[in-house]
Amino acid sequence: MSRWIAAVLSTGVALALWQTIVTVADLPRFILPGPILVAETWWSHRWIIAEHTLVTASEVVLGLLIGISLGIVTAIQLASSRAARVVVQPILVFTQALPVFALAPILTLWLGFGLWSKIAMAVLIIYFPVTSAFLDGLMRTPQGYLDLARTMQGHPMRILWHIRIPAALPSLASGVRLAAVYAPIGAIIGEWVGASRGLGYLMLLANGRAKTDLMFAAMLTLGVFSILLHLLVGYLTRNLGKTD
Amino acid sequence: MIPVPGITLTGQATIHGAALFAPLSLSLDAGQWTCLLGGSGVGKSTLLRLICGLPTGAEFTGDIRASDGGDVSSRVAYMAQDDLLMPWATVSQNILLGAALRGDPRDHGRLAQILDRVGLTDHAAKKPSALSGGQRQRVALARTLMEDKPVILLDEPFSALDAQTRAAMQDLSAEVLRGKTVLIVTHDPIEAARLGDNIQIMSAEGLMDVTPPTGPIPRPVTSLDVLKTQADLLTRLRKVPT
Repeated sequence: MSRWIAAVLSTGVALALWQTIVTVADLPRFILPGPILVAETWWSHRWIIAEHTLVTASEVVLGLLIGISLGIVTAIQLASSRAARVVVQPILVFTQALPVFALAPILTLWLGFGLWSKIAMAVLIIYFPVTSAFLDGLMRTPQGYLDLARTMQGHPMRILWHIRIPAALPSLASGVRLAAVYAPIGAIIGEWVGASRGLGYLMLLANGRAKTDLMFAAMLTLGVFSILLHLLVGYLTRNLGKTD
Repeated sequence: MIPVPGITLTGQATIHGAALFAPLSLSLDAGQWTCLLGGSGVGKSTLLRLICGLPTGAEFTGDIRASDGGDVSSRVAYMAQDDLLMPWATVSQNILLGAALRGDPRDHGRLAQILDRVGLTDHAAKKPSALSGGQRQRVALARTLMEDKPVILLDEPFSALDAQTRAAMQDLSAEVLRGKTVLIVTHDPIEAARLGDNIQIMSAEGLMDVTPPTGPIPRPVTSLDVLKTQADLLTRLRKVPT
């Protein structure tokens, strides 16, 4: 509980500092609006912001679901076949060496201005961390378990299901938690490159019209959404790593 | 009951060309406990893993055969110092692991019998983290029993337990594994004196056969003969070049 009090306190201090700087330095509102103005703008634009948040949130959630599923399937495939690992792992590493941001314009070209180019960005950005975290867990099954399974004449696919996958769930959980942090970044980049809806689009639009207060309102909404998503995913994955 | 074979291992092992153990011959008599005693790093566990058919990192030349000519590694059950319980599975699921890994039907009748024999009936639905070290090792013993194999290979199974729990586990194991061919690797002289129908000290030079105390196993710790053998074993162990 004291953690929450500390978080509220530090946020309060930061907001007070922000407002003080804006008031004392007498900064114009299009350079740095104060938190009070941002809050007012947020309230007066709440329906517009909500609408765009919904768009971004659906991109992020769909991207997460698809990216995590693909990551899980890939990791299991790679874990069960040495040949697949030898062939696919270099490709995986190479795709990770490409800055995903560079692909955003191409994805928009291929998939259009709608939802799917943003979902694809989110999927691309989270696929690798999920795959590599889970695969890492699957390849690090404690040797004692594997020895035991071998003396029991276990079938490889059953060993995978009953031992290697459960033993790797904590690794998968950390991959998924990482993905929850990355997915909004992917969706926002997609929206910056080309979109007509979403928080990223709203931020760009507000910035272009020198409505810095609206841009801040959209940005803070994105921040709150990302934190809530992080907490939700943390809550949903809390049992994956637990052993009792 | 399945007929119980004896096992003979003859051969030598090298690691990267250097000898791990010299040519030796180890016989596990059918239905008897053989204790393999020795310092760390002399290859005791390697010998046991070879009989299990597990990878060892050493190169073994020789052969391992059963007295009835049948396959060896498919007829062994293995228990290690680490209880190797799956932390996400209940006690019952852990004991039934072998059946799950082979896709065999789960024999819940036998499970209940075995739980009763090792005194774990009340703990069947618990996760391993809710158990004490001694209880966890009893689950591992139950899992070994559930496998219903004629040859049992124990790799320092009780060395992580405290003295009184270890003695209780030795009694229980001797009782429930009666009639099976057992190899137990240990570095505890009293364990060897209590449990060995045959006692072998392993060193870089090979195996040394030591006369076990009289009487059936598990021999009482209070027996003078057992204590003398313990002293004798420790003296010999200290003379073995390391």
